Amino acid sequence: MNAHYVDRLSRTDRDVILTLVPQGVKVLDLGCGDCSLLSELAAKRNVRGTGVDISGDLLINGLSHGFNVYQGDLDEGLADFPDHSYDYVILNQTLQVVKNPLLVFNEMLRIGRYGIVGFPNFAQWQLRKGLFFGGRAPKSPALPFEWYDTPNIRVLAMRDFFDYCQVQNIEVVQERYLVAGKWWKHLPIAVTNLLAHIGLFVITRKSK
Amino acid sequence: MDRNSVGIVTPNKFTFGSVEEPMVLESGRTLGPVDIMYETYGEPNADRSNAILICHALSGDHHAAGYHSPHDPNTGWWDSMIGPGKGFDTRKYWVICSNIIAGCKGSTGPLSINPQTGQPYGLDFPVVTIGDMVEAQKRLLDHLQIKRLYSIAGGSMGGFQVLEWALRYPDMVRSAICIASAARLSAQAIAFNTIGRNAITRDPEWREGKYSDKGPEKGLATARMVGHITYLSEMLLDAKFGRRLQSASRLSYNFTTEFAIESYLNHKGSAFTQRFDANSYLYITKAMDYFDISRSHGPLKAAFANVTARCLFVSYSSDWLFPTSQTKEMVRALLSNGKPVSFIEINSPYGHDAFLIEEEKLTHILTGFLTGVAKEVAA
Repeated sequence: MNAHYVDRLSRTDRDVILTLVPQGVKVLDLGCGDCSLLSELAAKRNVRGTGVDISGDLLINGLSHGFNVYQGDLDEGLADFPDHSYDYVILNQTLQVVKNPLLVFNEMLRIGRYGIVGFPNFAQWQLRKGLFFGGRAPKSPALPFEWYDTPNIRVLAMRDFFDYCQVQNIEVVQERYLVAGKWWKHLPIAVTNLLAHIGLFVITRKSK
Repeated sequence: MDRNSVGIVTPNKFTFGSVEEPMVLESGRTLGPVDIMYETYGEPNADRSNAILICHALSGDHHAAGYHSPHDPNTGWWDSMIGPGKGFDTRKYWVICSNIIAGCKGSTGPLSINPQTGQPYGLDFPVVTIGDMVEAQKRLLDHLQIKRLYSIAGGSMGGFQVLEWALRYPDMVRSAICIASAARLSAQAIAFNTIGRNAITRDPEWREGKYSDKGPEKGLATARMVGHITYLSEMLLDAKFGRRLQSASRLSYNFTTEFAIESYLNHKGSAFTQRFDANSYLYITKAMDYFDISRSHGPLKAAFANVTARCLFVSYSSDWLFPTSQTKEMVRALLSNGKPVSFIEINSPYGHDAFLIEEEKLTHILTGFLTGVAKEVAA
C-alpha cells in the first residue's frame, strides 16, 4: 500500500541531494545500486563519479553510463580508497542497513571532504503511535516493512544522529527534513525528531 | 551457423625483423624474422580509433571467433564474446587477435625453422617474456596503423598482456579490461607450471626438445591434466563428476580408468596433444612464471602511476588460481593513484575457466564498460 508513496519519497530525496551537491565535483556514491542517482548528478550537476555497491549485477548499469564502479561490501570498509580522494561521499538510505555504521561513517569522512547522509527517522510520531498503541513493531510510509523482512537493522532517530555527530566531532553543515510531504531546511530538533520521515545532512569532520 | 557469428575468417600473417635486424628480447637475446598470425573481425573506422586487441591465454591462439571453413565444427576460442551484438560488438568495433610469439599456431615459436640452422628452433628458441609478446603485438598494431586502441582485453595470461600494454604504452591504450588475472603469477601457480614442465621434460620422447613428429605426448597430456584441474573448482568437479564411475557399476580393483573424473582428464590431456606443442608449453608457462609487475615496473603503486587507460577488472568468486584478492591488489594500487578503475567480482562456480564460460554476465559487463568508455563522467 505504501510502495507508491515511498517511491515518491525516494524520488524527492534525490531532488534534494541534487541541490546539495555543487557543480563539477567528484562524487563517490556508497550503496549506489544501478547508479541512477549518479546519472542524475552527472546530467544536472556535471559531477564525475564512482559507485560502490555489493551487487555486481546492478553496477553494470553504472558502467554503461560511464561511471567507475566498485563492487564491495561497505561493512568491510573501503580501505582501497585513499584519504580525501573525493569531494562528496553519498550514503543515502543505506546507513540503516549496514552492520558497521561507525566504520562506514569513518570511511565516508576519510575518503570525502563532505558526506551526504540520508536515513529514515525511527522516532517519527506514526512509528511511536504504532508501537505505543498498536503494541507491534511499527510501520510508516518511509518504513513499510514487516519486522522479519526489513532491511533496516539500525534504528536511529534524528536526536541519535546529532548526539553521534557531537561525540564524533562531526559538523552538520546542511540539513533537510521531509515533514508532511515537503522538504524543510531548518526546524527545531524537537519538531524534526517527532515529525520528519527522512533527514538528509551534509556533514564534515571538524578541523581539530 | 550462429546468426551472430562473425562467419568465416581467414588468418593473416605479418612478418617483421630479419636475421640482420632482429627483435631484441628482454633477456638480451634476439629473434628474427618474427611471424605473427592474427585475425580481425569487424571493420576499422576512418581513423582506426575503434580497434580492440584481444589477448589470448596459455592455450589460446589468434582464432578467437568465427569459423575457418563452412563445415568447420569448431569456433574461435572466445566466439561467445566476439561478433555482431556480442560483448565485443563487431558492428561497432574492429577486433584483432594475434597469436603470441613462442606459440605454436603459426607465430614464431620453438616449432618454427631457425634461419641459422634450417632446423626447428626447439630449445634454441630464446626464452621470451610477456613484455616480448607485447612488443611483437606493438609491431603488428603499427603495421595495422592503429595509433590508439579503443580497448584491450584478455583473461588469465591474456590479462598479463593487457597490464603490460597499459604500463608500456599508456598513450596507446584508451581502456583496458583485465579478467581473472593478477599483477604477478603466484607461487602456487608457478608450482603447477613446474609440475607441467617436469611432466614434459621427464618424458623420454622429449629428447631435450629435439623431438620430431609426435614428441612427448604423455608428458604434455599430464601437464594439461594438472593445468585443467587448476582452471576448475572443487564445487564444479563435484557437481559434474562427483565420485561417479565412468562405465562400470562396481569397483574393478585395478588401475584402469574408473572414475568419471579420470576419464574426463585423460580425454582433456590427450585432446590437448593434438593441438599443442610441448616445447611451446614450456616457453609460455615460463613467460607466465616470469611475469611480475613489481619486478619489471617497480612497486605496484608506483608502477601504475603512469597508466592512463580507464581500467576494468573482473574476477570470479571460485577462481583459486587467480583469486579475487590478487585482482583487488591491482584495483587498490590504481585507486591510490586516483586512476579511473572499475571492479566487479562475478559470482560463479566455474573457477578460473569462468571467463570462457560465464558469457552472459561478462557480455553485460563488457557491453556496459565499452559503451561507458566514450563518456567522460568517471572519477
